[in-house]
Amino acid sequence: MTRHMSESDSDRSPDAAGRSWHDMGGLPAGGINPAEHDFALWEKRVDALQVLCATKGLYTVDGLRRALEEMGPQAFESMTYYERWISAVTKNLLETGVFTTEELNARMEAVAARGATYGDASIEGASPEGET
Amino acid sequence: MPHDGHDHDHDHDGLSPSGHPYRKDNDGPLTHWQIMEIAVRELLVEKGIATPAEITAQVAAMDARSPADGARVVARAWADPEFRARLIADGSAACTEMGFAMDGLKLVAVENTASVHNLVVCTLCSCYPRNLLGLPPDWYKTRAYRSRAVIEPRRVLAEFGLDLPDSVTVRVHDSTADMRYIVVPARPAGTEGWSEADLAGLVTRDCMIGVAVPKLPETVSA
Repeated sequence: MTRHMSESDSDRSPDAAGRSWHDMGGLPAGGINPAEHDFALWEKRVDALQVLCATKGLYTVDGLRRALEEMGPQAFESMTYYERWISAVTKNLLETGVFTTEELNARMEAVAARGATYGDASIEGASPEGET
Repeated sequence: MPHDGHDHDHDHDGLSPSGHPYRKDNDGPLTHWQIMEIAVRELLVEKGIATPAEITAQVAAMDARSPADGARVVARAWADPEFRARLIADGSAACTEMGFAMDGLKLVAVENTASVHNLVVCTLCSCYPRNLLGLPPDWYKTRAYRSRAVIEPRRVLAEFGLDLPDSVTVRVHDSTADMRYIVVPARPAGTEGWSEADLAGLVTRDCMIGVAVPKLPETVSA
């Protein structure tokens, strides 16, 4: 669960001026890539899970942001937006005690064993498509 | 809630109806993070936190939001001076009045004039007026946009093809989780007497972020 977050604390700690990595306003940066993509179903579901968990009071949007910020700049550069979000959502749910690390790991193993694609790994009936 | 990405063959090399490339979805190799999404979703259902129907409804609700919603708000502000005043005074209340759920967010509408141009960014993360515009474009969430919009906005605007004269003041608004901004562009000249629907057709997402301004079509159909 934490292997992607393993980087030095110095990357994630505020600098001497008290500035954290995510506080990037005003820093030098390159040209803006205007490329866009249509969100995949799994990305939309991550967004939906975040909104639902926050709406239901399991944690707040600040909890999401804290988890995202704790992941550090390496995750920002190497993971996509909703990859970071599902990681942060999961972290909050583990902290809240909605499920345990053991439960998550067991379920992820079971999901991975179902097939080689997202469609194959999604159970009809347990997934929203099953509810029509 | 049909999803057309997994039950038939289609051409992934083409563009979607919105003009963007399709992202590989159910038919690409399963990733670690997709596995996590499925696992978390199933656990939330099993623990009684959320039902599949709720999750479907939330995806549908977000899908239903688009810049067309914000465009309707802008068009009404252009057409109705009293609504415009209410929108500037209290963006959340004015949008709620039009039937758009604000979910407790404070929405601030900032108005472009002949002498002021507004630009919206979230330097800390990706806060965006999603209740009116849907999900933000990828570039809005990039380091490049977040870093530079607040320090060299004119250069950023130029990269989007918008060159503003020095006489125009550029104001950059940095969003927070609880306070979101939307730009009300200046109404183009030559649109007198247009219907709200026709006016809304001029207002793009980028106009409401502030990286573009409305343009009249070459041939006006109104």
